[in-house]
Amino acid sequence: MNLNYSLPGNDMSVAGIASSSLKKNLMQLGVAPAIVKKAVISLYEAEINMVIHGGGGIVDIEITPEAVTAVLTDHGPGIPDITLAMQEGYSTASDLIREMGFGAGMGLPNIKKNSDYLDIKSIPGVETIVTIKVKLGQDK
Amino acid sequence: MDKNRYYHSVTLDKDLCRGCTNCISNCPTEAIRVRDGKAVIITERCIDCGECIRTCPSHAKKAVSDPLDIIEKYDYKVAIPAPSFYGQFRDIPGPEYILSALLEVGFDDVYEVARAAEIVSIATRDLLKSDKYPKPLISSSCPAVVRLIQVKFPALIEHVIKIQSPMELAARIVKKFIHKDKKNIGVFFISPCPAKVTAVRSPIGDHESWVDGVIAAKDIYLPLRSAIKKIEKPVRYSNSSGLGVGWGVSDGEGEAVGAPRSITVDGIHQVIKVLEQIESENIDDIDFIEAMACPGGCVGGIMNVENTFIARSSVKNLVKKNTNPFISGDILKRPGFDLNWTHEIYSKPIMKLDEDIRVAMKMMEKLEEINSSLPGLDCGSCGAPTCRALAEDIVRGYADESDCIFILKDEIRKVARQMAQLEKKMPSAGLVPKNDDKIKKS
Repeated sequence: MNLNYSLPGNDMSVAGIASSSLKKNLMQLGVAPAIVKKAVISLYEAEINMVIHGGGGIVDIEITPEAVTAVLTDHGPGIPDITLAMQEGYSTASDLIREMGFGAGMGLPNIKKNSDYLDIKSIPGVETIVTIKVKLGQDK
Repeated sequence: MDKNRYYHSVTLDKDLCRGCTNCISNCPTEAIRVRDGKAVIITERCIDCGECIRTCPSHAKKAVSDPLDIIEKYDYKVAIPAPSFYGQFRDIPGPEYILSALLEVGFDDVYEVARAAEIVSIATRDLLKSDKYPKPLISSSCPAVVRLIQVKFPALIEHVIKIQSPMELAARIVKKFIHKDKKNIGVFFISPCPAKVTAVRSPIGDHESWVDGVIAAKDIYLPLRSAIKKIEKPVRYSNSSGLGVGWGVSDGEGEAVGAPRSITVDGIHQVIKVLEQIESENIDDIDFIEAMACPGGCVGGIMNVENTFIARSSVKNLVKKNTNPFISGDILKRPGFDLNWTHEIYSKPIMKLDEDIRVAMKMMEKLEEINSSLPGLDCGSCGAPTCRALAEDIVRGYADESDCIFILKDEIRKVARQMAQLEKKMPSAGLVPKNDDKIKKS
C-alpha cells in the first residue's frame, strides 16, 4: 500500500507529519516496536532535511509485508558532495536553523544508522531523491 | 479477585448516558464508541485516565473505588494519604490536622505517601546516574501514563522507571517494617484518581499490590472535614519533607528528583505529544520526564474535591514552608528492601489489525479506501471519534458505512431519486381505479 505527503519548505511545524502517520500505520500492521522506531526515526530525519535544505517536496511511501520504502523528492539546491554530506557533523544549515537546535550534521548519518538501505541521488539545482528502506518482519 | 482479568475503575452508567459524543472525541486512546445511543468503553484500550469522566456532561462516567466501610474488614487499619490530599482542605494550619483527623474517623495509624515519595526520588536520582538505562527516563508514578505507553508507545517501555510507586512503597513500609507484628492489617490509599484503583486491582510490574483498598478523596472528604473542625491540638505531625509533599502537583516530582535536564508535562493529550516527539528522537537531550495524565498533576485528579488550582497553590505553599531534608531515605539501606518491579511490563498492541501482516495490510488498504470516501469532518455522529476510526471499525466488522450520516443521507437521496423516477414510470392505465372492484364485491 502507498502513502503520499507533500511538505512545504522551511515550515518546521509540518516536518514530521509523514513519519507520525507512518508510525500509526506500521503499528496497525503489527510491526515490532523496535522496527517501527527505526522507520520513524529515519523518515523523520529525512523529512527535516527536506524541509530545511530542500525547500520542501513530496514523500512517497510504499509498504509491503517485507519492507517500507520511502522516497523523498525535492527540487531544492541539491547536494554537490554526497560523501561529505554523509559525514557526522558536516552541515550546511544556516545559523537560524542551528539556533533552533537543528543542523548538527547528524541527519544523514542517523538515517543510515536506522535504515537498511539509503540511496541519495542529487543533481544540484534540479532534483534530489532520497530513498530509504527499512525491512519489516525480522526480529519479531 | 481474578488478577488476570483486566480491571477498570472507569465505568459507565448506561441510564445516565445520553449518547452525546463528548467523551469519544476526548479519549486519548480512542477507547469509546457510541453504539445504539449509549457509550461503550473498549476495555483493552482504556487506560483509566478519567478524561471521559471530566468531559461527560451527564455524569454518566464514573470512577469505581472502595467504600469507606471497607476498612471494617481489618483489625488494624492504616491510612496512606496521597500528597495531593494535603491540598483538599482550606483554612487548616497544616497537614497535621488531616493526619490527626484520619485517626478520628477510624484509622489506627497513618503513613504519609509523601515520605515514600522521598525514597522514590532518591532511587530515581541513582537511576539517573547509571548508564544502564536509556534516556530520557520516564516517571512511572502516574499509572495512566504507564498504561498509555503500553498501548500507544511500546518502543518507550524501556524508558519507563521500573521502581515501585510511592503508594506501593508506602504500603510495603507499613506492612514490612512499621507494623510487621500486626495481624489482619489493612492499608488504604486515599486517592485522587481512578487509575490508582486499577493499579491496585491489576498491578503493573508486580504480582500483587500491598494496598488493601483505595478510598476516593471525595468519599472521605466530608467525614474528615467535620473531624478536622473538632481537633483542638493535633496528635500527629507531618514527617515528610516539602519535596515529598510536592509530588502532589506537577513539577513536584521533577523538583525532588532534581535532574538538571528534565521536563514536566501534564494533561494526557500533552503527554501524548511529548511522547511522540521522544519516540521520533526529536527530544533527545533530556534525562528525565515527569508525565502526569491530569492537568496540574495529582491535585487535578477527578476523585478530588477542591478546585485544582486552589489545591495546587495549597500544596505549593506547603512545599515552600517545609524545608525539612529527606529523612526517609535510610530505609533504602535496610536488608531485603527492594524497590524494583518484579515483573516485566509488556506492550498491549491495541492498534494491530491482524496477527498476519498480509491480512493486516489488506485490511489497511480497505481502511484507507473507506477513509477517503468519508467526509473527514470527525463529527462523531457515527459513534466513532474520527472518520478514520470509523473506517477502522468497518474493516474490523464492528460498524457499517451507513453509520456515517453523510453517507446515509447520500444513500437516502439516491433511493428518493429512484422512487421519483419509478413514479414517473407508472403505467398510466394503472392510475385509474378499476371499476372491477365494485363489480366483484357486489
